[in-house]
Amino acid sequence: MSARSIYDRPLRRPRQEVSLSSFAFLFSEFIQYSQKRIQTIPELEEKLREAGERVGVRVLELCTLRERATKRETRILGILSFITTVVWRSLFGRQAEALEKSAETDDEYMISEREPLFVKSISVPKDLGHLSCASFTAGIVKGVLDHSGFPARVTAHHVPTDAQPLRTTILVKFDEDVMERERSLA
Amino acid sequence: MARNLQRAGELAFAKMEKINSEVLTLTYGSIVAQLVKDYEDVEEVNKQLEMMGYNMGIRLVDEFLAKSHVGSCQSFRDSAEVIAKVGLRMFLGVSATVSQWSQDGNEFSLVMEENPLHEFVDIPEHLRGLYYCNILCGVIRGALEMLNMRVDAQYVRCKLRGDAHSEIRVKLIEILEDQYPEDDE
Repeated sequence: MSARSIYDRPLRRPRQEVSLSSFAFLFSEFIQYSQKRIQTIPELEEKLREAGERVGVRVLELCTLRERATKRETRILGILSFITTVVWRSLFGRQAEALEKSAETDDEYMISEREPLFVKSISVPKDLGHLSCASFTAGIVKGVLDHSGFPARVTAHHVPTDAQPLRTTILVKFDEDVMERERSLA
Repeated sequence: MARNLQRAGELAFAKMEKINSEVLTLTYGSIVAQLVKDYEDVEEVNKQLEMMGYNMGIRLVDEFLAKSHVGSCQSFRDSAEVIAKVGLRMFLGVSATVSQWSQDGNEFSLVMEENPLHEFVDIPEHLRGLYYCNILCGVIRGALEMLNMRVDAQYVRCKLRGDAHSEIRVKLIEILEDQYPEDDE
């Protein structure tokens, strides 16, 4: 008799929900935990990015499977589009607000959010700023990119405006290998 | 006075702002993975998870009281039902059942059939001693302590370890007196 393992459970299930505050409390606690093990804020952001990457890898698998994608993305705009629509909808219930290409360099792209989900719900001490939470999201993006063949440096930046005090940009800088491939495919 | 706790749980859950459970599941998994990386000993990871849960519980209870409109519990039995039907429902979207009360009424089991934190989880052999959801034990301990009940909460059965369901045993150790701040003139 074989035991029913997790591999037997269907992946396509009706969407289940939990309260946002469960996530907020958990995430907040994780930040506290991480803070005890680092010395500087960039190190904290790195820890959060790493945590996000582990999520990104799995989100990539889940979303790809559910989208029944028959071809994998090979172009930059393709994968970024996948992230800002499919992945974002899966995680946040809506598409990313904006995806832009940098005017200055051709290997940089920006994903912008007026009020990122994670940042909105967490209240961290003033000295940590908003970057902590967005770093987690940046990690998720990095996880997806690195594991779909688009290695990149991904960082989060708080870019508040008067109208949008929580505005955040996730900056993606693709590795040279990716750019070379992109150029040859053009 | 019979209260329909099931209904209270549904209502409270309906009012909460919600997210896809998979975000919580994957984030929790990532956190456990980090703890496993940081600590070599599985017992230490269990302890850390419980402590994190405790810190969450002492803060989460305020939101619970504010949004559940459940009113004060008359007894430990009442508290148990409230946790199972309202608390867990409100935050995790699932209910539990309370069973196996001890003779003296100071111990009970919280049985969970479903747990969103368990999705996609497979525990490798070398981490057999891990109580993956130990954070819940801490949350229960922290929340009840804020309500003047010192308890001990432990996992006795876990679905991820091959058991049929997950079960947390909660034991009341003592009722705490209200702490009043010292009079300062």
